[in-house]
Amino acid sequence: MLSDYELQALLLSLKISSVAVLWSLPPGIFLAWLLARGRFPGKALLDSLIHLPLVLPPVVIGYLLLVGLGRQGVLGRWLYESFGLSFSFSWRGAALAAAVVAFPLLVRAIRLSLEAVDRRLEEAAHTLGAGRLRVFATITLPLTLPGILAGTVLAFARCLGEFGATITFVSNIPGETRTLPLAMFSFIETPGAEAEAARLCVIAIIISLAALLFSEWLARLTRRRLEGTC
Amino acid sequence: MLNIRIDKRQGDLDMQLDLVLPMQGISAIFGRSGAGKTSLINMLSGLVRPDKGRIALGEDLLFDSTTGVQLRPEQRRIGYVFQDARLFPHYSVAGNLRYGCRRPDPAQFAVIVELLGIGPLLNRAPATLSGGERQRVAIGRALLSQPRLLLMDEPLASLDLPRKRELMPYLERLAAEIKLPILYVSHSLDEVLRLADHLVLLDKGRAPLHGPLQDVWGSAQMRPWFAVEERSCVLQATVVSQDAKWQMTQLSLGEDLPLWVRRMEMPTGQQVRLRIRANDISIVRTKPQHSSIRNVLAARIETLQPDDDGHLMAVQLRIGRHRLWAHITLWAATELALEPDDIVFAQIKGISLNQTDWAAHDGRP
Repeated sequence: MLSDYELQALLLSLKISSVAVLWSLPPGIFLAWLLARGRFPGKALLDSLIHLPLVLPPVVIGYLLLVGLGRQGVLGRWLYESFGLSFSFSWRGAALAAAVVAFPLLVRAIRLSLEAVDRRLEEAAHTLGAGRLRVFATITLPLTLPGILAGTVLAFARCLGEFGATITFVSNIPGETRTLPLAMFSFIETPGAEAEAARLCVIAIIISLAALLFSEWLARLTRRRLEGTC
Repeated sequence: MLNIRIDKRQGDLDMQLDLVLPMQGISAIFGRSGAGKTSLINMLSGLVRPDKGRIALGEDLLFDSTTGVQLRPEQRRIGYVFQDARLFPHYSVAGNLRYGCRRPDPAQFAVIVELLGIGPLLNRAPATLSGGERQRVAIGRALLSQPRLLLMDEPLASLDLPRKRELMPYLERLAAEIKLPILYVSHSLDEVLRLADHLVLLDKGRAPLHGPLQDVWGSAQMRPWFAVEERSCVLQATVVSQDAKWQMTQLSLGEDLPLWVRRMEMPTGQQVRLRIRANDISIVRTKPQHSSIRNVLAARIETLQPDDDGHLMAVQLRIGRHRLWAHITLWAATELALEPDDIVFAQIKGISLNQTDWAAHDGRP
């Protein structure tokens, strides 16, 4: 049904997006918590910095990543020399680019959900003898779950669609960084490959739709659990 | 003993309290809304920090601004039943009940579930419970965290009347069976009368009056808190006998002082607490021979207090070890030439007592 080429691009896209979102989740939850609950100087600045990728042109992000984390970049060279870790021209770089671009969406959704958590429930848990960590793990986090799920799906979808930052940072290497959007771009660039481009377009629509339906189903499930009808 | 000495400014409210409360029975904290009732128990629980002062529970220091001691709520072992229950929506009833269990104790769990009648609810989700059921689960959850002290913030206030009636018997059982000191915040004197042993009056952030319920209830400072027709005193009595023919119950006020009241369904020997309104007591100089009033008791006048509006005289009487207030007209007081220390007879209308005026109560300290 799918050609090897299409399958390769699809699996690569799913892998890069999954890795990007999973690595984003812990810092995303932490920063969302910091923004929702913290009171510290520079909070507005941190908030703006986190949201910056949302408004910056992706090509700028790709360029900054290249300068900072490329093999010749300041941070990139240190990472390579100390840990042998290299982002440039590898799928890891694509995942990093996708993560940076999708991060604001993730943080935003989790933060909104955190702010909606009833603090009085946390107080009640404290009076029952639960320390801060236990309250976070058993009350705050479960009640934030709908937002975390929504943010995850949103960020995942954004990762799947990532193009500008990826192509700037890690180029368009088949099997390594050529995700669905990049594969489609290559077909559009190639004369006479309109049919292949159209097939990829349909695949992209199908997985995006599937992701949205999945998130809707998860949201309904958690809502029903909270309302106690099941 | 619970020692409280705190200062706290919160908005318009300037709280300055210096209280010592007993660590047994139910202490009611009574006052208008905005008097600082909830602020007080929030400071005891550790949810709100006093500006300065000291709070000690027995030997245990909870807060001391001079030495910087401040235990967090989870370190205080003080249970808290909130006005709005605050059950965790993502846990079942059983999950809520077990949340605070330090050491799971199946026997205690069973006792408390039985006491509160929440056995059939264990697998339900909080969102499906009625207000009264939620409050019962919240009480059970607090009890199962094995606290040293239980705070209850108007647990009945958010309920409608049928739910209040449903929950009240559970609270009475709780008061009678659980050996746990309870601070019960309320603005309802009916609840206070039925539950409390000790009463703290809170007014604009101060506690001008506190002590055993009977003493505080009948004291002159408490009088402005009642409407004239609601002014009353609280007596502790024992059921002596039932008269089936006339549908009456004989109580004893101690020292061979009998009191006949409308029939109450109580076993002989049961301790009861009853409220007698000042308007239901009249005073005569000589013992009447043929009166419809069944209760005529010798009394000594302690104080005479003319009311502000100039037609009422409040007379404080001493009958045995009890103090009662009687309302008579100023006119009658003048004609009878009543003076302190006069010996008179108090006529008490036993028929006026209704369901809300008495409650089984063991008369704990």
